[in-house]
Amino acid sequence: MMRRFLLIATPYAWLLALFLVPFAIVLKISLSDVALARPPYVPQFSWEEGIGAFLSQLDLENFVFLTQDDLYWKAYLSSLRIAVMSTVLTLLVGYPVAYAMARAPQEWRPTLMMLVILPFWTSFLIRVYAWMGILSNEGYLNQFLLGIGAISEPLTILNTQVAVYIGIVYTYLPFMILPIYSALDRLDGSLIEAAEDLGCSRAQAFWLVTIPLSRPGIIAGCFLVFIPVLGEFVIPSLLGGSGTLMIGKVLWEEFFNNRDWPVASAVAVILLLILIVPIILFQRNQQKQAEAEQ
Amino acid sequence: MMRLSWFNTVSLTLGFAFLYIPMIILVIYSFNDSQLVTVWAGFSTRWYGELLQNEAFLNAAWVTLKVAVFSSTIATVLGTMAAYVLVRGGRFMGRTLFSGMIYAPLVMPEVITGLSLLLLFIGIGLDRGVLTIVLAHTTFSMCYVSVVVSSRLITFDKSLEEAALDLGCSQAEAFRLVTLPIIAPAVISGWLLAFTLSLDDLVIASFTAGPSATTLPIKIFSAVRLGVSPEINALSTLMIAIVTVGVITASLVSKRAMVRQQRDEQEAARAQ
Amino acid sequence: MGQPETAPRSATGEMPHAGVFEPWNDPAESPLIRFRNVTKRFGEFTAIDDLTLDIYEREFFALLGPSGCGKTTMMRMLAGFEAPTEGVIELSGQDIAPIPPNKRAVNMMFQSYALFPHLSVWENIAFGLRRDRMPKRDLEARVEEMLRLTRLDQFARRKPHQISGGQRQRVALARSLAKAPKLLLLDEPLGALDKKLRQDTQFELMDIQEKTGTTFVIVTHDQEEAMTVASRVAVMDNGRIIQADTPARIYESPSSVYVADFIGDVNIIQGRATPDGDEAYRVDWAQGQTPLTASSATRFEPGQACHLAIRPEKVTISSDRPADAANAVQGKVHDIAYLGNLSTYHVELPGGVIIKAQTANTRRLSRRSYTWEDTVWLSWTATAGVLLAG
Repeated sequence: MMRRFLLIATPYAWLLALFLVPFAIVLKISLSDVALARPPYVPQFSWEEGIGAFLSQLDLENFVFLTQDDLYWKAYLSSLRIAVMSTVLTLLVGYPVAYAMARAPQEWRPTLMMLVILPFWTSFLIRVYAWMGILSNEGYLNQFLLGIGAISEPLTILNTQVAVYIGIVYTYLPFMILPIYSALDRLDGSLIEAAEDLGCSRAQAFWLVTIPLSRPGIIAGCFLVFIPVLGEFVIPSLLGGSGTLMIGKVLWEEFFNNRDWPVASAVAVILLLILIVPIILFQRNQQKQAEAEQ
Repeated sequence: MMRLSWFNTVSLTLGFAFLYIPMIILVIYSFNDSQLVTVWAGFSTRWYGELLQNEAFLNAAWVTLKVAVFSSTIATVLGTMAAYVLVRGGRFMGRTLFSGMIYAPLVMPEVITGLSLLLLFIGIGLDRGVLTIVLAHTTFSMCYVSVVVSSRLITFDKSLEEAALDLGCSQAEAFRLVTLPIIAPAVISGWLLAFTLSLDDLVIASFTAGPSATTLPIKIFSAVRLGVSPEINALSTLMIAIVTVGVITASLVSKRAMVRQQRDEQEAARAQ
Repeated sequence: MGQPETAPRSATGEMPHAGVFEPWNDPAESPLIRFRNVTKRFGEFTAIDDLTLDIYEREFFALLGPSGCGKTTMMRMLAGFEAPTEGVIELSGQDIAPIPPNKRAVNMMFQSYALFPHLSVWENIAFGLRRDRMPKRDLEARVEEMLRLTRLDQFARRKPHQISGGQRQRVALARSLAKAPKLLLLDEPLGALDKKLRQDTQFELMDIQEKTGTTFVIVTHDQEEAMTVASRVAVMDNGRIIQADTPARIYESPSSVYVADFIGDVNIIQGRATPDGDEAYRVDWAQGQTPLTASSATRFEPGQACHLAIRPEKVTISSDRPADAANAVQGKVHDIAYLGNLSTYHVELPGGVIIKAQTANTRRLSRRSYTWEDTVWLSWTATAGVLLAG
């Protein structure tokens, strides 16, 4: 009995202390005011004044501020747009690759799988960094294009949103390929043959059978790209330049550069609220799939 | 055997070219003699030499390794416990909250996790350093471990544990002698995943690291912000090489084990 | 399906006499296991419903029933993985509820075999003995003995995935017998084997049970298997035991239509019983038809609804009315099923009732005597059928 209690209590307590409590703190600070103090916000909780006095000093001022300064809602909108666009782009690039993998000879598939997973184990930072050398004005891409005479002036790609899209598609591609591949891999080949036997053309069979049956994989892949991209920080700050506005970057700067903890916390709370809907949809999709498999 | 159509061949080629060309370029140019990264000036390993002289990088690498070993080990223990509780724990108070807390960090933006942990550490007056990074990394990577281990536990034949109990084991003995050896591959891959996540993490480490402890990704990030540098190319190449060797070895080992098992099973079936 | 292929080892007699193993008929014997008014509920669902049953030492007892009838729950309660909601289970007169599974002198052979994949055959068999801290010499001797008993000597070093299904089954048996339990539970032990191997293994199981003298309780949904191996069979349905008796009595004297129908093939004729002498009854079954005669030890009220159950092999088919038959009805051949050793004729009686009659094909290339649409006579003796309450 004691053992069972310890087994449950240890990870539970850890997560409560290091996951849930920190969120409560973020929420609390988002309702506080910035101040020139250490730590730089008021009110500080103290037992002498009591909980009532403490609560009465909390307000939604920071959230009001977020709506007034258009930097913030522009950043949210821009993050959403970039996340949606790059999810679509990743799907367009990832689906054909996943499809081709599932159609490849059986003995190639483990190798192809490993080739998709390998970048996932390599440092994210390094993979983003690799594109800096390629996309810069004197980078390899421009050298190549100038060399073959396709352009006469170097293209400015680095520090634009184009570079951000390239970076996102590149780093998140495995997350899109793997769930779609596993859905397509399970697809019974005789289904396509049956569809063709019943009068479908190749394209119709693909559209009417393959796509609907790989839909859980597509949905999972899209969420796996969309959710983390929305709060992405590394890619916009290395590839996006000052022109790319993304909420992860704003939060970072608000915290580290402006030392405005209450506003940074408010930004985090709003980001979380935006993410709750896709996260719940994602979980539901996963659950449905797990049930279907049983 | 089916053959790849023209379209599929093209998609595979382009897809994998896209995934690998940037890294291949990085590796090639790490052997470039020139200070200017994008201009080829002959083969040289001088940047590897300079890297090994760079005290700051070596220190950061050492901190990163320490953090990764500690956090992934603690995370594996906690994550395995959590997985066992989730799959076998039955009902207990606050189970929904518990499973929520296991899955939430997987989809949580790193900036939020980092910010919230930093605010906690400041709140309780914990000095930022190796300890705080280990705590932070353990927290999010234990969730990955528990997902990996629980997906193995779900397919685990429960009657194996019952057989152990039936043959005289206590619950703890049944876990140690039967369950753990069988789920060991999942536990090991959970540890590897936690280890890589820790090695890789920039954002959470940036929030929770103090001046006394800087990790390699933080170091790389601040160097890279100023632009491409040949030393970073050399460092990246080393990291890519280590991961590649590791992943290929692991997959060869598991493939060989699988082939052997299949062969044994076929032989056993034939012998019947 | 048909009769069990071998005669059960116990006689069908009602009286205990020397040399026959029938402890359940001996008032001096005390049972090894005793279920007393045991009920087990999972939430709303009642898996075991107020069940009382005695199982004796050295018995080979089969729990037989469709899936979901509660047979597995009974076994898991004996092993200690479930506790009864109400009632008491005793092992040698002791309530076993407070004893955890690892302390019970009961071992179980799992349906999936549950062989530890990371341990060799030898280590699997030694596993339980090691838990008892058995001295090394004794342990080795015991494992070797078990390997010999199950003819696994050459496979001791192999891992479970390196041996065949039949061998795995024997390892599971050896492992659960190694600790010399008072009671061995076998959960569908032959379910994973193909038909041929299953039949061979049935005899092996009986042999091992006899050699070791262990009490076996087997759970199965295969009636042929239960009839072959068991000294007594309990037919279960919906958490209750419908009938527990020797295979022969279960087959020849089922206590209900459910049991008659569950075990083997049977013809059921519905009718009304009227007493007609000592333990003899007249059964009116269809308008305008001669009543049937049957005997029964159970009493029926005049006019009480009843079912007459007759096994197809006890029905004789002939082209002319047999002169001296107690029961004879006329009908038309509706269907013929040729099974090789047997032929079954489905004969439609006036009023639409179909009666199956079975004949043994004792001669090769014999001319088939009856064909479709032939008018034939079916006959059986007064004691061939069993009269059951409706």
